[in-house]
Amino acid sequence: MFEFIKEHLILDDPLILGANISIALTVIGIVFALTYLKKWKWLWTEWITSVDHKKIGIMYIIAALLMLFRGGFDALLMRAQLTVPNNELLTPQHYNEIFTTHGTIMILFMAMPFLLGLMNVVIPLQIGARDVAFPYLNNLSFWSFFFGAILFNVSFVFGGSPDAGWTNYAPLAIEGSPGPGINYYLLGLQISGIGTLLTGINFVVTIFKMRAPGMTLLRMPMFTWTSLITSFIIVFAFPILTVSLALMTFDRLFGTHFFTLTDGGNPMLWSNLFWLWGHPEVYIVILPAFGIFSEIISTFARKTLFGHKSMIISLVVISLLSFLVWVHHFFTMGGSAALNNVFSITTMAIAIPTGIKIFNWLGTLYKSRIQFSTPMMWALAFIPTFVIGGVTGVMLGMAAADFQYHNNYFLVAHFHYTLIAGVVFACFAGFEYWYPKMFGHKLNERFGKLAFWFFAIGFNVCFLPQFLLGFAGMPRRVYTYLPEDGWTALNVVSTIGAIGMGIGFMIVVYNVLYSMRHAKRETTGDPWNGRTLEWATATAMPPHYNFAVVPEVKGIDAFWEIKQANNAVKKENIEYKPIHMPSNASTPFVMSVLFFVAGFGLVFELWWMAILGGIGILACLVLRSLRSHREDEGYYVSVDEIKKREQPIQREA
Amino acid sequence: MLKNVKLWIIVLISIASLLVITVLALRSDLIILDPKGPVGALQKDLIMYSIYFMLAILVVVFVLFAYMVIKYREHSKNNSNDYKPDMHGSTKLEIIWTLIPIIIVTALSIPNAKALYELKEPPKSTVDKEPIVIHATAADWKWIFSYPEENIETVNYVNVPEDHPILFKVTAADSMASFWVPQIGGQIYGMPGMVNDLYLQADEPGEYKGRNSNFTGLGMTHQQFKFVALEEKEYQDWVKDTQQNAPKLAEETYEKLMLPDNVDEMSFSSTHLEFVDHGQNSEYAMNIRAKYGVEVKGIKVKANGNEGESDVEVSNHGSHSSH
Repeated sequence: MFEFIKEHLILDDPLILGANISIALTVIGIVFALTYLKKWKWLWTEWITSVDHKKIGIMYIIAALLMLFRGGFDALLMRAQLTVPNNELLTPQHYNEIFTTHGTIMILFMAMPFLLGLMNVVIPLQIGARDVAFPYLNNLSFWSFFFGAILFNVSFVFGGSPDAGWTNYAPLAIEGSPGPGINYYLLGLQISGIGTLLTGINFVVTIFKMRAPGMTLLRMPMFTWTSLITSFIIVFAFPILTVSLALMTFDRLFGTHFFTLTDGGNPMLWSNLFWLWGHPEVYIVILPAFGIFSEIISTFARKTLFGHKSMIISLVVISLLSFLVWVHHFFTMGGSAALNNVFSITTMAIAIPTGIKIFNWLGTLYKSRIQFSTPMMWALAFIPTFVIGGVTGVMLGMAAADFQYHNNYFLVAHFHYTLIAGVVFACFAGFEYWYPKMFGHKLNERFGKLAFWFFAIGFNVCFLPQFLLGFAGMPRRVYTYLPEDGWTALNVVSTIGAIGMGIGFMIVVYNVLYSMRHAKRETTGDPWNGRTLEWATATAMPPHYNFAVVPEVKGIDAFWEIKQANNAVKKENIEYKPIHMPSNASTPFVMSVLFFVAGFGLVFELWWMAILGGIGILACLVLRSLRSHREDEGYYVSVDEIKKREQPIQREA
Repeated sequence: MLKNVKLWIIVLISIASLLVITVLALRSDLIILDPKGPVGALQKDLIMYSIYFMLAILVVVFVLFAYMVIKYREHSKNNSNDYKPDMHGSTKLEIIWTLIPIIIVTALSIPNAKALYELKEPPKSTVDKEPIVIHATAADWKWIFSYPEENIETVNYVNVPEDHPILFKVTAADSMASFWVPQIGGQIYGMPGMVNDLYLQADEPGEYKGRNSNFTGLGMTHQQFKFVALEEKEYQDWVKDTQQNAPKLAEETYEKLMLPDNVDEMSFSSTHLEFVDHGQNSEYAMNIRAKYGVEVKGIKVKANGNEGESDVEVSNHGSHSSH
């Protein structure tokens, strides 16, 4: 055992050694603080076993911010390495590990959980529900995601990180990568993928079955719509990833030949399967972002969303097309002209519904009254910036030209323009916008705007030069270059921009700490003069049952219309009824720990550990399945408690 | 007033950054937009054609965006005629901005489709000449070029005559690599057990950088080669000279090339096609590695008693032998 740890613990790299020490100190610090403040029980009952969608959402967002820090640190290391030619800051091996973990973490462990967290917090409130359809599953979703992410992150201090790129192409990821690194990738993604798939199913059912009376499909707010479509894409795309990862795991651990070079394996199959999931995946993260921007633009322009129906139609069209474009990730694989032509057309066709959305947002701004709050700044910056990402996407979609763009920095700049200007801006915007819903106070506007300017300008300074680097012929994933390549100046500018983004992120974090102490507490549930139901709660932070009385919905901007009507009508006394709520669940956490154990066992081919973990997981499943529903009845919130929680509603006329 | 000062600072920073980036762009060498062959030229024209469309779209969106944000911002002089909170949409406008993207996508698809079919054929400018066939094989982390007609083989450099179509038959011994000479034309993947055809042609003599642009592990960054276009006579002389003076390619020498490493330029007067066709056989390199007991990253494995050593050195370019 001791030998095993000695063999795999990485102590020879000063950067990783520093990380080792800081991780150890952080863990000791947290354990000490919890013990000293006697918070263990509180943590267990209030958070770890909680099935409250708002708490699960908050945990998702905290995890995502941690991962954003880690992925951002990776990014800054990469930029540091590429600032000057022939730089020896990082070894090539280390660089390869870093760009692999950066890509994987940012997409799967940052963007996804951040958006899923916002969905968790907001969707049930927005449709007037008390919770999601399957609260127990929701808890399992979070913990399996979390332990998958932890397993992936352990790689970096124990055994070595994966290093074949986030796309993990065969045969490099099989024959070309001995050791545990790629196993970490396969099992980390597999375990967190379970959580994502469950969330997808959960939200499809929640949105279809749990809506308040009067909320027809066409009256649903845009964020709910985008989340519904995203959940559908998750349900259809994630099984592909699950199966592909399993097949590659068999190849690596049990000597099968699905994607190998030898004995009739087909490496191209991996590329196809990966992108069959991977392209829908990027729409999984961008669609909720579109929804967030729709909500925010509509709220702060104080105008109903322009073209609600065409927004929905274009969403559905995008989601269908997202499954029909995967070949554009390897136009250069030697497909026939006809094949490449078909996929060029489907790829460019995505620009049509996306263009409709962009003009609808501009239409929403037309004849509006724009309030420049911090969330609105992010949302406004998104429009022009994302369009740059969009048009370069169309350029990349032209297969004949793509033979030149493929694998170079033009492509890198393009997908960062869509993923950052689209998804990350949306995460920050949604975070600031719904922050009072989660914590009962707003984030400081001054720091918020400062962070926004640093991040937005830094982002453009970082990635605009990369389009040009692409034209100058700089390939992606190279760890260094020569002075005579002539890429130095643009790389220096790019690094300066990256530092700006880093500062922006630090200000966001500081802002959270600052506002925690100094911000004014909200007294109503409606800090922004909102338009949708999540702002209709009586208190700033909704109680665990969300609504004392489920609201009636009469139009698209449900809460807006309630407010308009209430101006005329005096509130009579509300009749409260006891509310049935689900009880906490501890099995999901235990099960996810066992997933981690089994995954770790498989990574290092410690069969006893994998088998024990597997038996444990099965035992949890059996335990859950055989429990009578009478043992898990939930509980009722009494009328007295509801009265205590619902302060008299004060609305400004 | 203070608010305006801040705004001006932001505007200044933005404009200054844009200026710096523009100046650097003008000064750097955008080789993809400076092609030296008909294939690259075709792609460059297509790129420029699409850039004009995209710039037009950007201008329209940016202008509309600036207009909305400036005109409809909240200020004391808000005119109530300019505020219509219940505007739900406009079918006419929405149809317009559905049709315009469709037209643009169509306008881009047609030349793209033409170009795709054209790239599958030898360049039009030299249809009278028979293309020279060269096999380009990627092996971790080097490029091997075989001239079956001339019966010569080179490593990490390829000489071609100018104004003459070349048919590259691209494949790989191990990882999925991508054959790319930016100034001559677009790239194509090389994969074990498969062959992809790529027609290229250089219009003027010169030395162009080629490389593997697909990530294949440790030495990928240095997996580069020289693409040298010579005048016809010079090229013929070089072929003769290589045939007469370069050593024969021994099987053992070739097996060494299958081990992961960066190597210098080499020339041989016979080709590896005698021992193996990587376009048919995807297992060859793996078998050689097993035979020598080598895995990638220099990890030794227990193989059939062979004591193989592989020091994977990732050095900057080795010395270039003259040719």
